[in-house]
Amino acid sequence: MQTETMTVNLGPQHPATHGVLRVVLELDGEVVIKCTPEVGYLHTGIEKTAEAKLYYKVIPMTDRMDYLAPMSNNLGYCLAVEKLLGVEAPPKAQWARVLLTEITRLNSHLVWLGTHALDIGAMSMLLYVFREREDLLTIYEAVSGQRMMSTYFRIGGLADDLPDDFEPMVRKVLKTFPVRFQEYENILTNNRIWRNRTIGVGVISKEEAIKSGITGPMLRAAGVKHDLRKARPYSSYEKFDFEIPTQQASDCFARYQVRLEEMRQSLRIIQQAMDGMPEGRYLARVPGVVLPTKEEALFQMEAMIYHFKLVTEGFHPPKGEVYVTIESPKGELGYYIVSDGGTMPYRMRVRPPSFVNISALSKLVVGRLLADVIACIGSIDIVLGEVDR
Amino acid sequence: MGLEEKIPDGIILATAEKVVNWARKRSTWPFGFGLACCAIEMMSSFGPKYDLSRFGMEVMRASPRQADLMIVAGRVSNKMAPVLKRLYDQMPNPKWVISMGACASCGGIFNNYAILQGVDKIVPVDIYVPGCPPRPEQLIDGIVKLQKLIDQEKLKGDSRQSA
Repeated sequence: MQTETMTVNLGPQHPATHGVLRVVLELDGEVVIKCTPEVGYLHTGIEKTAEAKLYYKVIPMTDRMDYLAPMSNNLGYCLAVEKLLGVEAPPKAQWARVLLTEITRLNSHLVWLGTHALDIGAMSMLLYVFREREDLLTIYEAVSGQRMMSTYFRIGGLADDLPDDFEPMVRKVLKTFPVRFQEYENILTNNRIWRNRTIGVGVISKEEAIKSGITGPMLRAAGVKHDLRKARPYSSYEKFDFEIPTQQASDCFARYQVRLEEMRQSLRIIQQAMDGMPEGRYLARVPGVVLPTKEEALFQMEAMIYHFKLVTEGFHPPKGEVYVTIESPKGELGYYIVSDGGTMPYRMRVRPPSFVNISALSKLVVGRLLADVIACIGSIDIVLGEVDR
Repeated sequence: MGLEEKIPDGIILATAEKVVNWARKRSTWPFGFGLACCAIEMMSSFGPKYDLSRFGMEVMRASPRQADLMIVAGRVSNKMAPVLKRLYDQMPNPKWVISMGACASCGGIFNNYAILQGVDKIVPVDIYVPGCPPRPEQLIDGIVKLQKLIDQEKLKGDSRQSA
């Protein structure tokens, strides 16, 4: 009997590709024999545009890369520029950054859980996680005035002081979320359909994962205990007590377990950050480089002049190049900035975790059924804004 | 009204136009088509807090052939533009387009080589929703405004300019 293979286009418009990813699949019957992810349908030119923007004005664009984790992107960029300048954010800003990036991690993992479950067929999960997400977005809105694209971090600190109603909102999240996570577990963990669709699906070996440059929950689900928050602490993460969850199975179910446990650990960090929030300034006092606080800019002449000069002319960092990595919800997020001494970056390059992780897709799906491709794409947790930039 | 007094109870007289428009505006099925950040806010609008189904719009269709309304949620890159145009062409008439967010409406903060400066260059847009990204309330407001537009459509001939 003679058989023919069939080429199937998955995307760029497909509800389960999490954006505009296109995957070209070669199928033998229903079995995938070749898989080529094609990216670029959301190419935004962020890296190039950053070369024509003052350092401060790049921050809003970093939000729009990984739009499920805007604060992590802010943090990565701000830390890179701070390293270039030799500026350190004051303790209060560092702790607030830790707190808010952990809230961002919850936010990102929640949307991941909802959409991944939706792809596999558990539609109600999406509605549950979006209920919880509103609580987190309320916090975003309280600190920055925007629900999603917060742009709250500044070079050398924060845009503004934390509002008065910040603490009750965070306490509410700390109180309600453990119960919600239990609800998710009740719905999914022992659900037969969920287990059948995820256990043993999308397996990648530990060695292969390291070789492919995979980072984040995907790597930890393969049994590698690597988390930059512990391995190379930034922004005072070394002062917090938390565990790095790992699993050995390296399948979609293991990734689900790792992410769920990570959310619980995030709550622990948020609790510690809220309890021990230091007092003091929220912006470093480095005139000429770091913006003055709002009160200073309004009531002190010199601060107002600095503010005006920084916003219109920018600052001149020393010549050189820096590379800073942080642990974003999706993995290792790196910012590489080259400065030629001018007011704008000479070159900015981003190492997006999703882009590297999606490149391993073919290793996950070849030899498996077409339906498993959907589960695998979901379990990688990609955001196309970050992949294509 | 002499005629209405003579007909039995429970019967209302209306023009066919009114009835058709009423049906159309209350069951506009959006095309589940997310591009970037705005798509997440679009999902929030369908979520439990904002609940777009109050306006008869919750049935997201994954296929353009079953959809009446395209919500362009996010930035349209030059690579995506032909795909978007093709998807629009596949939608059956009558169809409407909401341009959600600054990027879809005018390019937003991305005034560069990669992004189409406004989706209205390739498809006719009925409602522009500003914001980066717009809040779910803004999207709902845009949808309610679209329903008012649909209410005024003429049955005879195409009252709107064709694409």
